[in-house]
Amino acid sequence: MTSMSDLVLKIKGVSKTFAGLKALDGVDLEVRRGEFVCLVGPDGAGKTTLIRLICGLEQADRGEIEYFGRRQKKLGSKERARLGYLSQYFSLYEDLTVEENLDFFSRLYGQARNQEVVERLLAFTRMTPFRQRQAGKLSGGMKQKLALACTLVHQPDLLLLDEPTTGVDPVSRRDFWQILFNLQLQGKAILMSTPYLDEAERASRVALIHQGRLLAFETPDNLKKQFAGRVLELITSDPQSWYKRLKSQAVFLDLQLFGDRLHLVVRPEVQVSEIAEFLINQGVKVEHLAEVPPGLENVFIFLINKSGGQN
Amino acid sequence: MSRLAVEAQGLSKKFGPFLAVDHVSLSINYGRIFGFLGANGAGKSTTIRMLCGLLQPSAGWARVAGYDVLTEADRIKKVIGYMSQRFSLYQDLTVQENLEFFGRVYGLNGSKLKSRITQVKELVGLQGLENKLTGKMPSGWKQKLALSCAILHEPEVIFLDEPTGGVDPISRRNFWELIYKLSEEGRAVLVTTHYLDEAEYCHELSLIHAGRIIASGSPREMKKNYFPGHLLELVCPQPLEIYEKLKTWSEVQGVSLFGTRLHILVEKESREKLEQKLKGLGLACSLRQIVPTLEDVFIHQLEKEAEKVKANGLG
Repeated sequence: MTSMSDLVLKIKGVSKTFAGLKALDGVDLEVRRGEFVCLVGPDGAGKTTLIRLICGLEQADRGEIEYFGRRQKKLGSKERARLGYLSQYFSLYEDLTVEENLDFFSRLYGQARNQEVVERLLAFTRMTPFRQRQAGKLSGGMKQKLALACTLVHQPDLLLLDEPTTGVDPVSRRDFWQILFNLQLQGKAILMSTPYLDEAERASRVALIHQGRLLAFETPDNLKKQFAGRVLELITSDPQSWYKRLKSQAVFLDLQLFGDRLHLVVRPEVQVSEIAEFLINQGVKVEHLAEVPPGLENVFIFLINKSGGQN
Repeated sequence: MSRLAVEAQGLSKKFGPFLAVDHVSLSINYGRIFGFLGANGAGKSTTIRMLCGLLQPSAGWARVAGYDVLTEADRIKKVIGYMSQRFSLYQDLTVQENLEFFGRVYGLNGSKLKSRITQVKELVGLQGLENKLTGKMPSGWKQKLALSCAILHEPEVIFLDEPTGGVDPISRRNFWELIYKLSEEGRAVLVTTHYLDEAEYCHELSLIHAGRIIASGSPREMKKNYFPGHLLELVCPQPLEIYEKLKTWSEVQGVSLFGTRLHILVEKESREKLEQKLKGLGLACSLRQIVPTLEDVFIHQLEKEAEKVKANGLG
């Protein structure tokens, strides 16, 4: 059930130009309570600029940003206190312990030390056993979890995460998802940018941004419905050489080679049996051919090509 | 008998009392892409450093491109290429200048250097970008340039240590096209990555944990052989509410949220019971079995290892 009061962030027609270059061009976006929105797009698409605008680190040339249902020209201090921002370049104090870092950041947000919050965050991030460890001596994944915990000490309602999982190993990444998921359950809103589309599969809604414009803003399921194609998985011996030979065939909109199989993208009206016949005629020894659900990567590449491709 | 590009038997490395690499055996054929997976500190980098001849093994042996890592380390350095995420290109040099610099480092000069640079530029698609300042290029292009610099001397074996961190999907796909080209030229590639969707691109994979290899196979074999449970996908209108319920059910071994879907892990035998229980809730839900991702397999294997340690009283 959503209502207007659930709207934590509303962005309307936001544009930003840097030195004649349009970084953002009329972007609309919204994030609701308990929602996890993922911002995806190629390098330089405008993801970081958008997050910096929301944080108040940049000013938009045009458009409006509403925080927590209130329209305002500039981010006020009251609203700012309800934001938590974690960038790729977040820096912990390496010579302070885990707990000292948490203390430091709560003071930075003008809050007295709140033992209960610190304990909860330590438990929440599974860092309690490491509370006395110097931040510099933590693994990459643990550092990132601590950085996230530091972003949460002032109990923000809207979390802005700019590519937070770069360089984090899969085990720590799972912990990271669990933390984000628990925050969602608590009704927090999360806006996260990522270059990894498998991460975006976990989002409530995905915003695809390309060359400063919003190409799509949908649930992962609805986004996949926009994909005008079918993905067929082909298992055969030597997929690599077949990839080269089949790439030029017009019937395939796209081909993707994996280590031990191929994905063939065909038009929606094309039947699996037609493709099977086609492949056998080409001389492919088909061990297995079946339709698989499209991934967000298929959709992403499709939508970017549709919008005029990557420059 | 075909010569192997990389062959290791019982390779081990001790740092003081700490066994960083524990009897690792692996083999990679020429023309193959081998994915070496593991969490931070699992022993990946130490193994790679031994294979590159940068670190002496405490036990075991390895041959790389036919050379023994113990006795012929200097020769190995000349026939391998190495690139990592932290690869240091000179940001204030142009593309061409970086290529020339690294070519000379690898002992190329004169017409040989010139022709190799031309070949590599063509392979990677760097033509026309010669005068671009490296520091001003997007990260996807920097990565391609870094790879170009690492293959100028025509290495037979290429080590890529987390080469694509933070690169966008389209650039990543282009980068993998390049890795496939290198494998077609008959070079062996060993690649590490934290992103397991990327591991799907490899011909073979090994998962290393606490210095030991705990799973190996092609991507499909990994999913088939190392993931015993059933992974089910549930689509329903109120996933968050159902999540809370599912967590308390004894049949459910794990549950995670994917947007509006839930992924539920059950043992093969309890699948039917789960279906009945869900039906009992009277919700309009759809349930289907899905193929686990390599990340699911990876996490599952590591959890199993953690349980073993606990059971043995070593934890």
